[in-house]
Amino acid sequence: MCLAVPGRVVEILEESQPYLRRAKVDFGGVRKEVSLAFTPEAMPGDYVLVHVGFALSVVDEAEARRIFEYLEKLDPEGAP
Amino acid sequence: MKFVDAYRDAEAAARLARWIRRRVTRPWTIMEVCGGQTHTILKSGLPDLLPPEITLVHGPGCPVCVTPLELIDQAVAIASRPEVIFCSFGDMLRVPGSSKSLFDAKAAGADVRIVYSPLDALKLARANPDRQVVFFAVGFETTAPANAMAVWQAAREGLDNFSVLVAHVLVPPALEAILNSPECRVQGFLAAGHVCTVMGFREYEPIAKRYRVPIVVTGFEPLDLLEGVAMVVEQLESGRAEVENQYRRSVRPEGNQPARRLIAEVFEVGPRKWRGIGEIPASGLQLTPPYRRFDAAERFPVRVGAVRESPECIGGLVLQGVRKPHECPAFGTRCTPETPLGAPMVSSEGACAAYYLYGIHGAMSGSRRS
Amino acid sequence: MGFTVQCPVPVAPEDRVLLAHGGGGKLTQQLLEKLFLPAFAHPALDARHDGAVLRVNGLRLAFSTDSFVVRPLIFPGGTIGDLAVNGTVNDLAMCGARPLYLSAGFILEEGLPMEMLRQVVASMAEAAARAGVALVTGDTKVVDKGKGDGIFINTAGIGVVESPVDLGPAAVEPGDAVLVSGELGAHGVAILSVREGLEFESPIVSDTAPLWPAVAALLGEGVAVHCLRDLTRGGLASALNEIAATRGVSIRMDEASIPVAEAVRGACEILGLDPLYVANEGRFAAFVPERDTDRALEVLAQVPVSAGAVRIGVVEEGPSGTVVLRSRVGGNRVLDLLSGEQLPRIC
Repeated sequence: MCLAVPGRVVEILEESQPYLRRAKVDFGGVRKEVSLAFTPEAMPGDYVLVHVGFALSVVDEAEARRIFEYLEKLDPEGAP
Repeated sequence: MKFVDAYRDAEAAARLARWIRRRVTRPWTIMEVCGGQTHTILKSGLPDLLPPEITLVHGPGCPVCVTPLELIDQAVAIASRPEVIFCSFGDMLRVPGSSKSLFDAKAAGADVRIVYSPLDALKLARANPDRQVVFFAVGFETTAPANAMAVWQAAREGLDNFSVLVAHVLVPPALEAILNSPECRVQGFLAAGHVCTVMGFREYEPIAKRYRVPIVVTGFEPLDLLEGVAMVVEQLESGRAEVENQYRRSVRPEGNQPARRLIAEVFEVGPRKWRGIGEIPASGLQLTPPYRRFDAAERFPVRVGAVRESPECIGGLVLQGVRKPHECPAFGTRCTPETPLGAPMVSSEGACAAYYLYGIHGAMSGSRRS
Repeated sequence: MGFTVQCPVPVAPEDRVLLAHGGGGKLTQQLLEKLFLPAFAHPALDARHDGAVLRVNGLRLAFSTDSFVVRPLIFPGGTIGDLAVNGTVNDLAMCGARPLYLSAGFILEEGLPMEMLRQVVASMAEAAARAGVALVTGDTKVVDKGKGDGIFINTAGIGVVESPVDLGPAAVEPGDAVLVSGELGAHGVAILSVREGLEFESPIVSDTAPLWPAVAALLGEGVAVHCLRDLTRGGLASALNEIAATRGVSIRMDEASIPVAEAVRGACEILGLDPLYVANEGRFAAFVPERDTDRALEVLAQVPVSAGAVRIGVVEEGPSGTVVLRSRVGGNRVLDLLSGEQLPRIC
């Protein structure tokens, strides 16, 4: 079961204990409470991948861009 | 949506597809492991973009398809108990057991509820102290951290009316089982990106080496899958067999350490029977002794009758990439999404349902439209 | 029609009614074909449209009924009362009929708070006024606690078809353009948002609304409409499948042209739902000859309820009942009729 959706951490709601850490996360205008128990490094403004209510990773934005840079090298715009 | 829309860009997809078309010199069979990847492939119509030399085989990455019949029967039996509120993800409700699915149980009066997170089940347990809440803990490693957390929290809170029916499966042993099959035709793999987000990808290195197959950890958006295929093709065409990471924006080689720690605390590896494939040692998760009191199978010992799989269903062969769905004699006639004989026809990512719904392409007849 | 997530999936022995039978998908169709239609044979039923158009003493009357079983009873954008009025009003409008009168039958569950009933009834009165219809007859029953979901409402409606049109799947022709009256998925998501505790930056509200003003505008301007269908349970995909199958044609659409609001898309992503199958309560699809497309869109743009109207596809000769979607990345997929209603997935 692998559906995980990227969302932006808006606000940390609970920080008393690492495993109870929770945040409000925004998914293109929808907001849901998400557990950050497994992403202690996630901060407001970061994007996290969320699966069944838990953030599993913080999206590496530099890596996220790489595919587009790679494509530019591969097949430059306008090449026949 | 950020990190979603850009990965569905038509222009970029076309470019990747073009590269693949130019690079390919002979036929290759590639398996995408995860059902979520199958879903994207079908939803985006990716096979239309790929050259005919590339055959995509839908792998066993759909827990719906691999959860053993006994467990479905057990789930149905437990759900039918009057004191039980049985919680499950939506995907599982349709899977036929020996005689019933969880939906049938629901129609017959069982309190079966769809939840989006194991934490929802915990909430129900807190809100209903006089009922027993059972959560169907199915999934690959991706869902294990969440399920581990639910059990861990239940333990901390002393929630005695909460338990889990564990049906977790692990990917690497499944890949080995497929590769061990003498008829295996799969030459390269797109490994499941969210499984690897949790577990990392070190455990695939010995597999790539031993069986000489490229394994590319791949994401779930159309561009991810195309890039993953491109990377596998590049390896196949140049005779390499390594583990590479396409899904770098989410997957690190060592995975998610806090998640892995909690999984190790709550679960341990054990044997697991895979529907249609059989028992694979060390391929599932079960609760560790300190948490065994939360095991629904122990809390509700139920007697399930002799397990009967439809004799016609060749789901196991399909899952291993050995047969295509339309090569099954029952396909589209006795076995359809309305009247499924086995799990791969029920799950929307199951290879058979995918072929059925995808009917406008490939070797489909028009008979299903009658 | 209410949107529920707990549904479908048929299994071979059909000795019981399943939730799937009410989902608007294949099982519903099967129930109609095998049980209801044979029992009540009538040409009006065979037309397979949202309402029946009947000729009575030279007048063309449209007659329709709908039942409402939604949970929760009150949701962002409306109540079960709004749905009960608009649902039937819209079925009549889809026949090209000006809605005139409604009946309402209530089945109330013992123990229902009176305040909730008051709220629902008040919203029905407002909705009726907005839709320009009068509720002229009704009935109330109460069932034991536990035997009902709070409130079940059935409404039936009468309208009159004034323009010389014969709207319905039979009139659809290959080459017709397929239009949709606005963004999809809001109603279903609004319902789920209550149940799943979703919040929105700007709240998603149900799109429940009377559609007659848009239909009246099209007919009034002489646009040659072939068929109209409101996109309730089962969403756009189910409605198009039904029409394509009834008429024996194929429909081809472009995913990129199908309008879905960003927040609705986000909600569907995280819930594992496909917006094309999500219920709407104030949206319709229109089949018009290609040459009337621009005019139709101009006319619809002037009416608030259809201000977001766009062209999304075309009718083609092809395998009967096949609806094909060209994805954003350029591949094709078949949009099939679901067995029942859509299940949220996590896979």
